[in-house]
Amino acid sequence: MKDLIIPWDADRDFGTPAKEGKPVTLTIDGFEVTVPEGTSVMRAASEAGMQIPKLCATDSLEAFGSCRLCVVEIEGRRGTPASCTTPVAEGMVVHTQSQKVKKIRKGVMELYISDHPLDCLTCAANGDCELQDMAGMVGLRDVRYEAPQTGGLANHFEARNTSGEANAEWLPKDDSNPYFTYDPAKCIVCSRCVRACEEVQGTFALTIEGRGFGSRVSAGAANDSFLTSDCVSCGACVQACPTATLQEKSVIELGTPERSVVTTCAYCGVGCSFKAELNGDDLVRMVPYKHGKANRGHSCVKGRFAYGYATHSDRILNPMIRDSIDQPWKEVSWDEALSFAATKMRGLQETYGRRSIGVITSSRCTNEETYLVQKLARGVFGNNNTDTCARVCHSPTGYGLGQTFGTSAGTQDFDSVEHTDVVIVIGANPTDGHPVFASRLKKRLRAGAQLIVIDPRRIDLVKSAHIKAAHHLPLRPGTNVSVVTSLAHVIVTEGLMDEAFIRERCDWEEFQEYAEFVSDPRHSPEANEMLTGVPAEELRKAARLFATGGNGAIYYGLGVTEHSQGSTTVMGIANLAMLTGNIGRKGVGVNPLRGQNNVQGSCDMGSFPHELPGYRHVKLPEVREIFEKAWGVEIDPEPGLRIPNMLDAAVDGTFKGLYCQGEDILQSDPDTKHVAAGLAAMECVIVHDLFLNETANYAHVFLPGSTFLEKDGTFTNAERRINRVRKVMAPRNGYADWEVTQLLANAMGAGWHYTHPSQIMEEIAATTPGFANVTYDMLEERGSVQWPCNDSAPDGTPLMHVDGFVRGKGRFIVTEYVATDERTGPRFPLLLTTGRILSQYNVGAQTRRTANSVWHEEDVLEIHPHDAENRGLNDGDWVRLASRSGETTLRAKITDRVSPGVVYTTFHHPDTQANVITTDFSDWATNCPEYKVTAVQVAPSNGPSEWQEDYNAQAAQSRRILPAAE
Amino acid sequence: MSPEKMVTMANQIATFFKSQPGTDQSDRIAAHLSDFWDPRMRAQLQSYVSEGGKGLDALVLEAAQKI
Repeated sequence: MKDLIIPWDADRDFGTPAKEGKPVTLTIDGFEVTVPEGTSVMRAASEAGMQIPKLCATDSLEAFGSCRLCVVEIEGRRGTPASCTTPVAEGMVVHTQSQKVKKIRKGVMELYISDHPLDCLTCAANGDCELQDMAGMVGLRDVRYEAPQTGGLANHFEARNTSGEANAEWLPKDDSNPYFTYDPAKCIVCSRCVRACEEVQGTFALTIEGRGFGSRVSAGAANDSFLTSDCVSCGACVQACPTATLQEKSVIELGTPERSVVTTCAYCGVGCSFKAELNGDDLVRMVPYKHGKANRGHSCVKGRFAYGYATHSDRILNPMIRDSIDQPWKEVSWDEALSFAATKMRGLQETYGRRSIGVITSSRCTNEETYLVQKLARGVFGNNNTDTCARVCHSPTGYGLGQTFGTSAGTQDFDSVEHTDVVIVIGANPTDGHPVFASRLKKRLRAGAQLIVIDPRRIDLVKSAHIKAAHHLPLRPGTNVSVVTSLAHVIVTEGLMDEAFIRERCDWEEFQEYAEFVSDPRHSPEANEMLTGVPAEELRKAARLFATGGNGAIYYGLGVTEHSQGSTTVMGIANLAMLTGNIGRKGVGVNPLRGQNNVQGSCDMGSFPHELPGYRHVKLPEVREIFEKAWGVEIDPEPGLRIPNMLDAAVDGTFKGLYCQGEDILQSDPDTKHVAAGLAAMECVIVHDLFLNETANYAHVFLPGSTFLEKDGTFTNAERRINRVRKVMAPRNGYADWEVTQLLANAMGAGWHYTHPSQIMEEIAATTPGFANVTYDMLEERGSVQWPCNDSAPDGTPLMHVDGFVRGKGRFIVTEYVATDERTGPRFPLLLTTGRILSQYNVGAQTRRTANSVWHEEDVLEIHPHDAENRGLNDGDWVRLASRSGETTLRAKITDRVSPGVVYTTFHHPDTQANVITTDFSDWATNCPEYKVTAVQVAPSNGPSEWQEDYNAQAAQSRRILPAAE
Repeated sequence: MSPEKMVTMANQIATFFKSQPGTDQSDRIAAHLSDFWDPRMRAQLQSYVSEGGKGLDALVLEAAQKI
C-alpha cells in the first residue's frame, strides 16, 4: 500500500480521516489498494493516488455524505453510494469514473453553481476554492437553470432581483469577527464549518438553521453575530470552508499567498505547527499544519490570527541607550549600543565583583538563543546568574518531578490523550491557556473518557457543550497539597493502589513509609473538608474513579506550581500516578502544561542558575568539564541567583547589571513594587525585546529583538517535542536574537563565530546527552522529535519511564500540608487567584497589539455575587483591589464561577498591573512565586489608584525617545 | 534580602524536610541550601546565624553549620 502513496503534495486532502485496523484489499479503477479496515472508499482511492470529486468531505472531519458529488459505482452493489461514507470491503471493485457517476456529478455541480455567484475573478478564494476546483474537475460547462421571463430564480446570492426588490433569501456579510468574514451568499451548506466547530474545536458555536432551501449556517442564537456567539475564533471553520464563505480578512485584503513555510507558533507550550503563507515577505495568513504532531491541523485564535504584533508600529527597530532612566532614550548604531553595554557590564564586574551581573533567558526565544544567553553568563560573565521565566511558572515541576521520577518533563505526547479513560485536570484551564490541547481533550471526553477537575474556579471544562466533569473539587486556593494527599489517602486506605506496579517500579521501603503517612486519619477527606472546602464524599468518589477507571492521566498547570508548596504538590501528583500505576504507557502519565512556547526548552538549555544544559548541577566537576572543554573557560561551581534573589541582591547593592532577553519581569513577576525597586537599584539594565515593555522603563540599553517569523531555531513544547522555527522573513530590526546575543558577547570579548543556529544545535547535541542525536537535518526529515534523542533512543521518546524511571526506582515522597503564611484576616478577607484568558497571552505584549483585544480589552475582577452584594458592588463597577503589597483598580465582573471568598483576575494589561497586589511569598524549594494566593480586600472605587497614576507617569517619562542624531 | 524574608525562606525549607522520614534532616537542608542558594545568600544566612539566628528553625541553625 505504501508504495502507492504519491508524495507529490503533503497537504493533500484524503477526504476522510485515517483509520486503524486490519488490512483490507480492494480494486479501484483497476488498481489494487490495501488500506486499514474502516477506511472509506474515498480515502482508499486517494491513497492509491486517485481523487474522487468531493465537497462536504475533508480528512479532518468524519464523513457526512451530504453533497453527493463523490458517488461511485461498486460491482455487485446497487445504486451509486457516496464514497466518503462507504467503508472498504475485501475484494470490492470500485469504479470512480463510470459514465453514470460522471453524469450524476455534473448534475450535482450544476445545481450548486446555479445558486452561487459567478464572481470568481474578484472572489477572495479565487484559486483557492474547492467549488471552483470541483466544477473544473467534473467538466461542468453549462448551467441550464435560467430565470424565466416572468420572474427571478430563487437564490441566496443576489441582494435584489432585477426589479430592485429585496431578496428575502439573501443575508448580508457578517464581518463582526476581526479576522474573518462570513458571507452567506457564497455558502453551499456543506456543513464542514459546523462539523469543524463540533469535532475539531469542540465549541459547538455553529449550527445549520432552517431546513431545505432555507438551510443556513448560523453562529449562536438568532440575534448573534460571529463575535457575540460562543465562537472562540480558532479558525477551524475557516480552514474547513471550501469556498469564500468563511474567509480570512487578510486574504481578502492581500490576495492568495504564493509560498509557504512550515514553522512553530510562539505562543503557548502546546507548540502548534503552522504554515506561514506569504507573498514575498508579506505574511498573508498562518494556517495550522496538518502534519504538526502537537496540533494535528488545529489552531487557536492566538497562533492562527494574532501575529500582527510583528509589524505593529510600537515595535522598536533601532538600538537605544541612556545613562540614567530619567533621561529620554537616544537612538544609536548597533556598535555604539553594544560597546556602551559591554563597557558598563565589564565596569560593574570590576567594581562590584564577578557575580554582580546576570542574565534572564527568554522562554519565548529559541533553544539556540536561550543556550547562548546562559552561555553568556557562564562563559563570558563567569558566573551562574542565569534564570528564566520558568522560575515563576514551572520551576517546581523541575524540582518535584526530578525528585520523584528523575527528570523534569511531561511523561507523554499529546496523542496520548486519545487513549485516556480518566483525566485529572488540576490547577490548569486548558480551554483558555492551552486551547488546542483542550480541543483534543474535549474530543476524548465526548468519546466517553471521564474528567475530574480540581480548581477553585468553575472553569469551562467543568461544564460546557457536550462536556461535563464527573467531579469538580472546588478547593480553597492554597490547599492543593491537602487535596492531593487526601486523594492518595482514599486510594491507599481503600486498597485501590496498583501494588504490582509499585513493587516492580518504585522503592518499596519508601512506599511503605509513604503509605503509613498517607493512611493517617488526619489525611482523610473528612478531616480536611473544612480546610479545603471540598466535600469529602465527592473527593472519595473522584479518588475511586481515578484509581479504578482505566488509564488515568494527570494534566496540571500553574495552579499547582505557583504556591508556597508548589514543589510539594508536584510530588503529590507524581505519587498519585505511581500509586495507581499510571506511568509508562499511552493514555496515562503526569503532564505539566507549560505556559510559554519554549519554557520546556529554556529549562532544558540550562537557564536555571544551579544547572547546566540537560539538568546537571553546576557543582558536578564532570559536568563542568564537558562545558569547560567546549567553551574554553572555567565554570563557576557555585549556583547563581534566581530572579527573585537577583532583585533582592539588587536592593542590597550586590547585583548591579542585568541582560534581560524577551521577558517583562516588571509586569509578569510578583510584587511589582519590589521588582521596580530592584531594577531601579541596578546600574545597567539591558532589555532585548520587540517593544518598550514595562521592564524597559528601568533600562539603560534597549536592543531590538526579532519575532519568531524572522529567525531560524527550535522550540521545545510541553511534550518535549523539538520543533523547527523557520525564518519566514528578514528580521526588521536587522538581526535575529541569537545574533544580537553573539554581538553582545563578542563586544565583551567572547570571540564566538556562529553563522547559523544549526551550529548552536550541534554544540548542544555535543554537550547534552538528551539531545545527542538531534540535528537540523534530522528535524528537516522528520518534522520534529521528542527528547531524549540519542543512541539509546534514536527515534526520540514519545513516552517516558516505559520500562523504568529515569532515576531507577520511582520515589514516593511524604507530602505534609503546610498552610501558606498568606492568610485572610479582617483587613484582607478575600483570596485573590490569577490566571489567563484565551485571547490574551501572558503580559499581553504581543496580543494587546493585535485585534484580539476586542475579546478582552481590560483585566476584570471576577467576584461572587455574595461578596459583591456585601460590598455594594454592581457588575462593571470600578473597584479597588488591595493587598498588603499594594493596590490597583479595575472593573468588577460578578459571577458564580468563583466561590464566595475567592476573587480572580488576569494579568494581561499593564494598566491594571495585577502583580502590584501579589506578594513575595514563594515555593519553599524553588522560589516560584505564590501568584495563586493573595489575601485581598475589594471596595468600590472612583478610578485609578495613586500608584497606578504614579506608575503611568513614570512609564510615560521613561518611554520618551529622542530622534537620532543627524 | 531582608532578614525576615531570609528567615521565612530558610524555615520553609526546614519545614519540608522536617516532615520527611529519616534522621538526616539537617544534612538535607544543608544540601538544599548549598544546591540552590547563591554564595552571598548562604553567607548572609551564616552571618545571621552567628548573630544568634533569631526566628530560625533549630534545624536551619544546625544546617547552617554544614554549608
